Parts: sequence; structure tokens; C-alpha cells
Amino acid sequence: MLTLLKTLCDVNSPSGCEGSLASFIKKEIESCADAVWQDALGNLIVHKKGDGTKLMLCAHMDEIGLVATCHGEKGQVYVSALGGVFPYTALYQRVRFENGAEGVLVPDGQEADLLKDLKLSKLYVDIGAKDAEEAKARVALGEGAAFAGAYCEQGDTVIAKALDNRAGCYALIEALREAKKNKNDIYAVFTVSEELGLRGAKAVAESVKPDYAVALDVTRTGDTASGPKMSVRLGGGAAIKIMDHSMLAHPIIKERLQNLCKERDILWQAEVLERGGTDAGAIHLTGGGVPSGCISIPLRYVHTPGEMLSKQDLEQVVALTKALIEEGI
Amino acid sequence: MYLSELVKLAGVSGNENAVRSFIKERIAPFCERIEIDSMGNLMAFKKGTNNCGKTLMLCAHMDEVGLIVSRITEEGFLKFKTVGGIDPRVLISKRVSVGAAGLPGVIGRKAIHLLTPEERKKAPKVKELYVDIGAKDKADAESKVAVGDYIAFESAFVPFGDGLVKAKALDDRLGCAILLELAQESCPWDVCFAFTVQEEVGLRGARLCARRIKPDMALVIEGTTCSDLPETEERAVSTRLGKGAAISLIDGATSYNRKIAQQLYQLAAKHDIPVQFKQTATGGNDAGIIHVSAGGIVTAAVSVPARYIHSPVSVISLKDYQAAKELTRLWIQEVLHADFA
Amino acid sequence: MKNALLQLAAKDGMSGFEFSLTEVVSNLLAPYCASVERDPMGNVVGVIPAKNPDAKSVMLEAHIDGIGLMVSGISEEGFLSFVPVGGVDSAILPGAEVRVWGKEVLYGVIGAKPPHLQTGGQDKATAIKDMYIDLGLCGEVVRQKVSVGDMVCFAEEPAALCNDVFSGKSFDDRAGLISLLLCLENLKGKELPFTIYVVAAVQEEVGLRGATMVSERLSPDCAFVVDVCHGDTPDAGSESIFKLGSGAVISFGPNIHPYLSSLAKEVAEKENIAASFDADGGDTGTDAWAVQVANGGIPVLLLSIPLRYMHTTVETLHFDDVQAVGDLLAAILQNLDLEVLACTFQN
Repeated sequence: MLTLLKTLCDVNSPSGCEGSLASFIKKEIESCADAVWQDALGNLIVHKKGDGTKLMLCAHMDEIGLVATCHGEKGQVYVSALGGVFPYTALYQRVRFENGAEGVLVPDGQEADLLKDLKLSKLYVDIGAKDAEEAKARVALGEGAAFAGAYCEQGDTVIAKALDNRAGCYALIEALREAKKNKNDIYAVFTVSEELGLRGAKAVAESVKPDYAVALDVTRTGDTASGPKMSVRLGGGAAIKIMDHSMLAHPIIKERLQNLCKERDILWQAEVLERGGTDAGAIHLTGGGVPSGCISIPLRYVHTPGEMLSKQDLEQVVALTKALIEEGI
Repeated sequence: MYLSELVKLAGVSGNENAVRSFIKERIAPFCERIEIDSMGNLMAFKKGTNNCGKTLMLCAHMDEVGLIVSRITEEGFLKFKTVGGIDPRVLISKRVSVGAAGLPGVIGRKAIHLLTPEERKKAPKVKELYVDIGAKDKADAESKVAVGDYIAFESAFVPFGDGLVKAKALDDRLGCAILLELAQESCPWDVCFAFTVQEEVGLRGARLCARRIKPDMALVIEGTTCSDLPETEERAVSTRLGKGAAISLIDGATSYNRKIAQQLYQLAAKHDIPVQFKQTATGGNDAGIIHVSAGGIVTAAVSVPARYIHSPVSVISLKDYQAAKELTRLWIQEVLHADFA
Repeated sequence: MKNALLQLAAKDGMSGFEFSLTEVVSNLLAPYCASVERDPMGNVVGVIPAKNPDAKSVMLEAHIDGIGLMVSGISEEGFLSFVPVGGVDSAILPGAEVRVWGKEVLYGVIGAKPPHLQTGGQDKATAIKDMYIDLGLCGEVVRQKVSVGDMVCFAEEPAALCNDVFSGKSFDDRAGLISLLLCLENLKGKELPFTIYVVAAVQEEVGLRGATMVSERLSPDCAFVVDVCHGDTPDAGSESIFKLGSGAVISFGPNIHPYLSSLAKEVAEKENIAASFDADGGDTGTDAWAVQVANGGIPVLLLSIPLRYMHTTVETLHFDDVQAVGDLLAAILQNLDLEVLACTFQN
């Protein structure tokens, strides 16, 4: 059992509400850092001194979720999406608000009618409150909620919610701990609000001003009936990004990562993702241009409570990240 | 009253000159220094009383939604494009003012008698509409108007009903007016009053201000949507007219700093200032770009609900306006001083 | 210069893979510049320094990347699936000839499933997921030579039509670079009071990325972006459409600094350079949008060349328009007063 990954997944951290996860991660990595701090937005920044070349590694802490926007007379809690929530995967899911209230996302009307054109605005969260007053007392406006999705391992497979991007956080933490040395100045950043538009990364890139940046995030796979047409598959190893909608990976990073894989016998696959983006997309445009890339963890059913990955892939990602920390750019 | 004068000025995004001049002249006596950047953002700096070296950025945008002349037809009509988010359905049969000279014009469409039953049912498209300035022909029109001239709504400031006001451009001249009034008072922190350009076309000006000022905290004063009309589902009601200043928790562009949002709400409650949280999580304002700038900036927003926003007949309640102003003033004097000094 | 245009347009160099163009572009810029450099992102920057080392600077910019495709998968049999890079109209793809940049450059054609087997049936446009690149090689050989992530460029040679009208791929925006060169040709031997950066920018088609980076890095006091706009065709309507051969198109609107657009208009009139005018209510969809808010804000003007069939392999333009933009830009630079520009909003 990957206990750290389980704990990371179990801590709820919807976009904009990453405080608890940040505190947890801070404790986990404090001992292997020269300095740790949080910026005005809540990005957690871990610095390890090196040769002066700034290499920023980042993984976002937030997961998709909901935010309470209104209370109904009968105790309904109406919500909006935090990030890319698909209404049909959200229907009848269990959710948990920041202050502990739990509920179920249910149709606001006849199910058969709503299913024809399902929208999140046609659902509400039933927390079992008897009236508006009780609902208000238990869930405040603006309170975030995360989807439930218990962590489970079977053989090489992990199924859980929020593997996007606790898998990335896990890899970054493990790599930081396992690395025996570091060449460059490492700025390991656990970012906020990626799912809302790379917001944390945008801000932190301006304060860290990295020379190079590599994001650790998940990518989709083409090995299921429902997946997009792409070559990345579960079990194919660490995915080295060539492009996505937010970035064309810089040759320096792409080639460095591929060479590290060859040197250290790490299984890897090339990733071409038509849609979607990562923190690297925001970072590489800052400061006159930051050569950037991305190490991706293949993940099925992204943004659902049943996200699925291969532990072997994750191990390869940890190994590659560790190699990058030790050998640098 | 600044507000009634400010809304008379034409200031479509990219053409905020008249608004900037008005504000510059009136804020100058109360500030140490004024800077105007290459895009036209106006930043007025005022020293704080407690010398803590911290800066608060108070932000309101000067621009308003409007139109721009894109072509002049052979017959002398002006084809246009929208500047900022305008529902073309509000445009038909409206008065406008064209170009720097404020040439009067009207937005026409063929008479209802001439519309086919199908046409009557359809919303008009911007490219089907035109401005009529009464020109004889293309040459006549070209002697008065050029491609690229801005077109602003023409709509008087009218107090009506129970303390309400109708005007164009209330979003966000009301913010400009509040900033102008607050500039006359002292503040514990250093304050930069940032009057931004081009908010309506993508938060363009605020980005430069935030990067230049690098404030320790930012407060955006805005006009926000108000959808409290009959038969609106509760969940779709963003704010209510007359129910006070609206505090933002989250919208499409920003997760606001919660501590500040709660402080504002509680402060209002303490002083019996009407206040409401903005329900719904859509839309956005200058905070969206400010909070992710300069390494991340703690940002909050206080808004005045405006019905029929982005149309020539926006409506606000002066009570809400006063509440927003008073709340902002108190927050600066009490909370900012106590909590972050 | 016409030859230079044809030479440039024949080159591959889609967004993110502009390296195959760098040398040609550098060689074209070299005769006019004191130095030509390539930044880490691939942007090519030629510098014409002012005599005074403290002088202000002006950036002239055109993007050199074009749209293209990228290999996203290799089938058992050796067919390549692909994704678009930039705004590709999938209607131009069936039957298109391409070059795949694998371990060696391979020629291929894009084929589609037979009409009755396509996802949308026979009445719908063919979807990219129903198309494949056929290299005519067996799966084993293809896998040796091609990898996921390899770039795919259109193999279309430019052609001269009648009356100085040319057709080819990637005139958007390599024609813009030719306009910049024509401008520099005009300015030969003339001394200007500011440093000029001539920038051939990368990655415009995927989101104005090169311009975002390079304008932040160079931080000029003023910038001129040259790009293409839509030329007249029978099916294009009349809004923001410009006749081929009608000259330079000067943009107005929030994206454009008002001093620069009125200066351009004045200069065109004074110098008798053919020009027409366009207005955008916000985003011009060009690098000018990124440049304007880079750094502390950079006043920018957009000049455009009318172009038919944008983002196809038969983009078509009139060389007179390329020349007009070059002439107009040169005339503007000779009349440009950076002090007046800086004071625009001060009073």
C-alpha cells in the first residue's frame, strides 16, 4: 500500500481550499528542504540550494470540486463547479464540504427530464438539512466541497478520486526525499487553483523566476473504449510530454528527460495530448520565456471519482523526477 | 456628485481619455503623486498615516462597454463591432454618441412591418445592425466619422423610484466615484488609487497596474450583475438591489481571499451597513488578473448591484452605493489598521 | 524579395518546430542588422542599434510559424494518427500531401476512411479521427523511423498566379516578415533615433506565445506587428474583408495605441501609400494582443496584409500589399516621435 498516496488522496483539497493539504505536505517535506514558505495565494514553495540555476518542479495540490453558491428554502445547497466537473459523472455522487458537512448531488426536478440536457445548475447538494436555516448553519456560502472516492489498490492498479494531481504531489514528495543530492537550485512548488486556470502557477512563476520548469501532472490515456485517440497507455511508463493545448515542450527539457530515462533505465512513453494543459503552460510564458516541460502520469477517467493509474508508471515518474533533481538540467 | 458627472462621460474601452482627465483633475489635490502608464491607466498615490511601508491598491475601471465603427456603407450608415460584452438585443432603437465630437446617432433596424415572421422571432446579430447619423452618403459620413471611432451609449443620469438611479456606464464609474470620495480621507496604509483601462475587453489595464504597484493587498470596487427579477430561481440571483454592498467569495476569475471577505461582511453587520454575499460563481472583474500578478496578491472585491448591466439603462440603488462606500471606508480605517499594521 | 517570400513559404516550420527556418530567416535579416540572435525559445531577433546607446527601442515583429500536424499514434499497419497544431481546418486535410519529420523526412498523403464508414456518415465533414497519414511503408519500418510527437508539415510548393498574385502555405505570416525586410530595405542608409529590434517570432498559431516571451525580454518602448487579415472572396461577406491589391490595412481599437494608428493613417495619406482601415472591439487575434500587455505595457500598432484562404495550403496574396505594408512601416518609423507617444495619456 502506498500509504503516502492514500493519505494525499484522502485529504480533501478542492481548488481554492488547499490549506489542509498544504499543511500536510509541508510536514512531509520540511526535513529535506533548506526553506519552505507559502505565498499570498497559498502556493507552497520548497527550496533546496544548488548551483544557482533555478529549476522549478511543480505539482498542483487542488482537485476539482464544488462551491456552495446559494441555499434553498428546503435546505438545498446549490453549487457551482470548481474546475472541469462533468454533470453526468457528478450526479448522485457523495460530496464533503470543508467544514465536514456531507451530502449527495441530486437532481433539482424530475430526473428523466433533466437527463436530456444535464447541467450542474440543475443539481443541488442534499445534506439532509430540514430547512434553509439549518443548511446555512452547516454550509457557508463560498465553502468548497470535494467528491468522495475511497482509495483502493489492487495489484498494480490504484483507484481513487483526486489522483489528478495527488499522484504528481506524491511523485514530487518522494523524489525530494529520495534524491541523494541536487545539482540545480530546486524550487519544488505545490501550486493552488490549477483546475481554475493555472492561477497559482501563473503567480508563483513571477516570484520564483525559474530558469527551467517541469510540471508533474497526470495525462489521459488512449487505452480504453472511451478515451481519446492517443498513444499513452497505463503501464507504458512515465510519459514525457511533447505537447498539449497549453505548451509545446521545450527541446532542452524533452531531450534531457528522455536521456535521463535512457541512462537510468526508466520506462517512458511520448505524450501528445490534444486538449488539456498543465501549470507548465502558464510558467513557460513568463519572464521572457522559461524552457519548460512536463512529466506525466498516465491516468484513466480523469476528473471522475474513479481515476485509475498504474503503480509501475508512478514509480517510473518518481525515478525520473529523482534523476532530474540529482542530475539537473 | 461625482457619479452623476462621471456617467455622462464617454469612455469606451481603449478611449478612456475623458474619464481619465476628469478623475486626474479632481484627485490631484489629495494625492502626492500621479502616474499614467503607456496604456492610460491612472494611478494616484497617497501616503499612509502609520508609515508601515505597506500599500493597498484600490481599483476601479474607467472604461465602459460600447461600440466601434468598423465600416461605412455606400449609403452612409455606420457598421460597427461591439467593445466588451453586449447582448445585441439591447441595441435596437437606442441613442448613441459617435466619435470624439459626440456626434448623435441612432441604432436602427428595418421596421417590424418589414420583418418576416421568422426574423421577428430571432435575436438580431451585430452585423445586421448599423448606426444612422443622418448622413447623405458615404462621402458625407466620411467627412464626420472614420473607421475606428468609438461609439458610446447616450443615456441620461435619472434618479427614479425608491432611491434608484438609471444611467449608462454605472459599471464601473460608481467604483471611480467611490475612489474619488475615499481619496479625500486619510488611510493607515499607503494607498494607490488605480483607475484602470480596458477591463471590459479582458482585464487588460489592471494587469499592468498590479505589476507596477506590486501592492500588499488589493480591493476592487465594481458594479456587479443583479438578477433579482420576478420568477428568477433563487440560485440564479447573484445580488439583490437595495440589499447592500455585495461581497465576492468566488467568481469565474477569482477565488477571493476568504479572510478579507468575512471581515468585510462582519464589519458591515457590526455597523448596520446593509451587506450581502454575491451568490453565483460566474463573471469576473479586475481581481481576476490582479490576484495572480506580481507573485500573488491578496485580493477582495466590494460591489454595487447593477440591474441591466452592460446596457444603456443600468440601474443601481444609491443605498447600495453608499453602503459600498461606507464599508470600504470603515474597512480601511478599522480593519486594515488593526489587522495588518 | 518575391523570391525570398517563395523560399520562406516553401519551408517547413510549424509552431514549436521553427528551427528548420532559423537559418534562412537569420540570413535574410543579416544584411540589415548589426547582429542577429536566436533566443532560447527560437525567436530570431535582429538588432539595428541607434548611435546613442541610451536611445529608446522599437520592435518590428512578424511570426514565422505555421499551422501543422503532429503524430499522435502509429497503428499496427503503420498508419499515423495525428492531432492539429494551431487552427487547422480539417476540410483541407483529406488528400493533403505532407512531410513527416521522423528520423528522416518522409513523404506521405492523408487518407480517410471510406465515406460510409466515417463517424458522421456521408453528409458530414470528415473528422480528424477518421483520417490517417499513409507513408506507404509497413508498420515495422514506420515504427523505426517515426515516433509519437514528430511534426507533420504540409508539402505544398508556392506558386505564382497572374498579376503578382502568389499562392502557398504559410504566407501567414512569412509574408509579414517579407514586409519587415522591405521596410528595412527602405530605411537603408537612413539614421533613426532609436534602436530597432526585428523579430521573427515563434508559436503565434498556438496562442501568441513567442510574442509574449520576446516582448517581455526585449521590453521595447513601442512595437509594430505585421500579420495577415482576410482577403476578399465571393463567399466571405464584407465585414473586415479587404480586397487583394488594396494596400496595407491599418488597425484601430482598444488593442492599438491611438497615437500609432492615427500616425499610420496620416503618413499613408501624406506619402500616398495605399491603405485601408479595420477596427476590432478587443482582441485582434494577433501577436499585437500579447505585446500590448507585456512588461509594463507596450504601445503597439498592427498592420495587415490581405490574404485569401487563410490557414490552408493555398493562401493567396498580392505582392503589392506586402510592399505597401513595408513602405508604410518605413514611412511611419521615419515620422515616429517616441516622446510624443510617451505623452499621449499624460494630459
